[in-house]
Amino acid sequence: MKRLEEMFANLRDKQEKALISFVTAGDPALDQLLPILNTLADAGTDAIEIGLPFSDPIADGPTIQASSQRALDRGVTTQAVLEAIQGFNRVPLILMGYLNPMMRMGLPTFAQSAKNAGASATIVCDMIPEEGADWFADSREAGLDNVLLAAPTSTSERLLQVVNHAQGFIYAVSRTGVTGSGNQEAPEFVSLVERLRRMTDLPICVGFGIREPQDVRDVCQVADGAVVGSFLVDLIHRDWKNGEGSARIHDAVAALKAATRA
Amino acid sequence: MPALDELDQEFTKAWADPEFVAEYHRLLAEFVGRETPLTHLARLSEVTGYHVCAKREDLNHTGAHKINNALGQALLAKRMGKKRIIAETGAGQHGVATATVCALFGLECDVYMGEEDTVRQRLNVFRMQLMGARVIPVTSGTRTLKDALNEAMRDWVSNVRTTHYIIGTAAGPHPYPHMVREFHRVIGEETRRQYLERYQTLPDYGIACIGGGSNAIGFFYGFLNDPSVKLVGVEAGGEGVATGHHAAPLTAGSPGVLHGSYSYMMQDADGQVVPTHSISAGLDYPGVGAEHSYLKDQGRVQYEAADDAEVLKAFTDLSRLEGIIPAFETAHAFVPLFHPGRFEPGSRIVVNLSGRGDKDMERAAQLLNLGAD
Repeated sequence: MKRLEEMFANLRDKQEKALISFVTAGDPALDQLLPILNTLADAGTDAIEIGLPFSDPIADGPTIQASSQRALDRGVTTQAVLEAIQGFNRVPLILMGYLNPMMRMGLPTFAQSAKNAGASATIVCDMIPEEGADWFADSREAGLDNVLLAAPTSTSERLLQVVNHAQGFIYAVSRTGVTGSGNQEAPEFVSLVERLRRMTDLPICVGFGIREPQDVRDVCQVADGAVVGSFLVDLIHRDWKNGEGSARIHDAVAALKAATRA
Repeated sequence: MPALDELDQEFTKAWADPEFVAEYHRLLAEFVGRETPLTHLARLSEVTGYHVCAKREDLNHTGAHKINNALGQALLAKRMGKKRIIAETGAGQHGVATATVCALFGLECDVYMGEEDTVRQRLNVFRMQLMGARVIPVTSGTRTLKDALNEAMRDWVSNVRTTHYIIGTAAGPHPYPHMVREFHRVIGEETRRQYLERYQTLPDYGIACIGGGSNAIGFFYGFLNDPSVKLVGVEAGGEGVATGHHAAPLTAGSPGVLHGSYSYMMQDADGQVVPTHSISAGLDYPGVGAEHSYLKDQGRVQYEAADDAEVLKAFTDLSRLEGIIPAFETAHAFVPLFHPGRFEPGSRIVVNLSGRGDKDMERAAQLLNLGAD
């Protein structure tokens, strides 16, 4: 059984939903990535999305763009991130990034390197399924799951493409817009999750703008998990000082995780 | 993105609708002032030893070719029932054109502009504001055109139901490059007809400047099926292509994916987009329209770069020789004329004079020490 599939099966047995945490690799410095991943795992996160820095992250909001830029300013490269996560296997890792750096490395090479580094899945933010044939083949060959995004504005034809190609889970964008957009508009993600449920048995996780345990509870009413991104990136940027402040980050994540057990 | 699919469908329908096309051409004539003249540049011809003409897009209302596209897309937005328009702008010419058509149609207008460009091109900021547009300075990334494009895309995906995004260049995701070319085709089609009528022959060369490539693709398109007409695109060489400080992806970049399209772009070994440098804010873009990449790979268009110093000289020369002050962007297209031996003596050349230089006067005054003592 693949790693994410196993994770969702275990959560179902425990009657819990998934908490997926997002961190930008290289913000703070790359040598802090493993301690941060361990802190998140200690706090109970079920999986971690590792943001691969990109200069023009158009699907992300100001928080993650700024974070990504800080990482690039430190000279962080895709290759260096893959080396930094090597050996971490406490929870499944999902690499989230943009197409160009992956193409630069070569899609088959990137897929194989990601797998060798221990990643379970990828999310390629600016790749549409209609153009994805090469990447789907390369990542399948490497044994990586392909998590795809679905938005409230997606047409039924697009959602069909998404459910046909997605693996691991489907990342439902909780509202139209970019990451970190703020308050939930409940009806948008609820109806999106309902539309997806009619088309697929894959788990569905909701992200974009989740900050509070209450947001997680709302999402977990209908979905199989919640993704926390910009909120956590902000928190780490503010509080993580070479491992100090890890308790505050731990507690915040633990509180979000507790909300998946409600 | 469903918004792109919807736009593609709506554009295709509108462009096949004779009423829509007639309204577009009526406004091009009555509001924009088309057709624009083809001017023989006699003194420049004498100096260079070529027969040089200019297609006068600088004489369009608002001072550049940009209005052809802004007008077409605003008409499309109106047809689609969108009440709000957003745009990105570099030199401010596209922003001004967009603000203009929004005033014309009574549409709400927000323009994203890199903070650095709001300073370099502040006269255009004032023009946009005067016509009722809101200018939003962009402080992310390199604070120039590509970041303005990023911010405008974010706005669009957040407000797509009410808002139409008028991209000002022939880059970005489909259907934009196609649609922008179609709205600028009028440049090349007019030029070809005017040239044939006046000289009973076609030119040997057509030259245009290229940032994202909108004026160039509209101009070139009129001549693509005329193999005797050689086409030249001039990119921003900045401090010189060899220095790495430029905005010349076709001359010195490599293929990659930026802003939803696969094309030549400026990137480092890790696939990160690298900062661009150019005297002209309007060419300061690390990517280029995919159709130009195709024309390069086909060998149909020759792409080269002009550096800032050469551009400033061409800007001055054209002003003094012809009484035409071009935009810094446009001045790039004139640089090859001053490279000895670049063309065969006596060659018949048409340059697309894509915009006028009023917006650049402050910067030109600094660089050239203009002003009374």
